[in-house]
Amino acid sequence: MAIVDNHISATEAGVRLSEATPGDYFALLKPRVMSLVVFTAMVGLVAAPGSLNPFIALVAILAIAVGAGASGALNMWYDADIDMVMSRTADRPVPAGRIAAGEALVFGLVLSAFSVMTLGVIVNWFAAGLLAFTIFFYAVIYTMWLKRSTPQNIVIGGAAGAFPPMIGWAAATGAVSLESVILFLIIFLWTPPHFWALALFKSGDYERAGIPMLPNVAGAAATRRQILAYSLLIAPVGVAPWAFGFASAVYGVLALALGVGFVWHAWRVFAMAEDDRAMKPAKALFAYSIVYLFAIFAAFLIDTVAGRIAGFGG
Amino acid sequence: MSDKKGLVLSPAQAKARRARSIAIGLALAAMVVIFYFATIAKFGPAIFERAL
Repeated sequence: MAIVDNHISATEAGVRLSEATPGDYFALLKPRVMSLVVFTAMVGLVAAPGSLNPFIALVAILAIAVGAGASGALNMWYDADIDMVMSRTADRPVPAGRIAAGEALVFGLVLSAFSVMTLGVIVNWFAAGLLAFTIFFYAVIYTMWLKRSTPQNIVIGGAAGAFPPMIGWAAATGAVSLESVILFLIIFLWTPPHFWALALFKSGDYERAGIPMLPNVAGAAATRRQILAYSLLIAPVGVAPWAFGFASAVYGVLALALGVGFVWHAWRVFAMAEDDRAMKPAKALFAYSIVYLFAIFAAFLIDTVAGRIAGFGG
Repeated sequence: MSDKKGLVLSPAQAKARRARSIAIGLALAAMVVIFYFATIAKFGPAIFERAL
C-alpha cells in the first residue's frame, strides 16, 4: 500500500522525519571545544608577524572554527554507541535520537569541505592543508583508531587540539615557525593531564563504554604519576616563549606562576589517597587546567599586542 | 485533480523543518556576504582600476 493515500502522518507511515532543531546541529559542533579552538587560533594569528586584512583574519578564524566543529560532528557520528553509555555524553544529539547518525556524518563532511575550501580560497592553501590534516587526525586517527585501542589515545590524539594556533599562525604567514611549534607544544602537553584528571573521576563512565583510558588500563596510581610527569613538562614549556625571546619577562613570570600552580595541583592529585572517592584534587586539577590554558594564551596575546604597541614586538 | 496530500508533518516536525530551513538560508546568505567582502578585501584598491 502506498503511504500517500491521504493525510497519513509520518509516524503512521513508519517514516522517520527529523524534529532536530538548528540548536541540535550546533551542538554537534561541540561549541565549548570550538571556543577553545577559536581562542587559541586567534592567538596564533594575532601573534604571527606580518599583517592580514582584518576581514580576511576574521574569515580565517571562522573557517578554523567551522573545521573544528565539523570534526566534532564526525566524532559524534562515529562515537554515538559509546556516547550513549556515558553520563557526560548521553544527551548529545545522536545518542539521544534527535539527529540520525547518517545526518551527523553528512553534516560533518559538508562542513569539513566548506571550511577547508573557504580557508584555502580566501586565506592560503598551506593553512587550509593544515586544517584538513587536523580534521582527518581528529576524526580518523583519534576517533576511529586510537580512542578505542590504546590508553595513549589522548596523548597522540591531543595533537588535533594543539594544531589551531599553528593554523592561525599559518593563516597569517603561510608557514610554521618555532613560535607556532611552541604554542602547539603547550596544548599538546596540556591535553594528557587535563583528560586524565577527568578520566580519574569519570573512570566508571569510560569503563562502561569500553574505552581504554589510562586509569582503566594502568590504574589510578600510574595515571597520577603520569599526570605529575606531564605537569613537570608543561610548566617549563609554558615559559618557553619568554626563554626563546618572543615574549617579555612579564609573560615569563606569569607563565612560571601558572606552571607552578599546575604542578601544585598535579602534586595534590599524585598524593591523593587510594580510597579517595570524592577525588577533589582531580576535579580541582581539571578545572585549573582549563583556567591555565586560557590564562597562558591570554597572557601571550596581551604580551604580544602590548609589545607591538610599545614598539618592541614583531 | 487528486486530493492526495502525501505525508502530513506533525506540528513539531513542521516547526523543526521551518527552523532548519531558516538556518540553512541564513548560513548560505552569510557565505555569499563573506565571499563578496573577502573578494573586495583581497583585491584592495586594485578593484577600482578598470581599463576603459
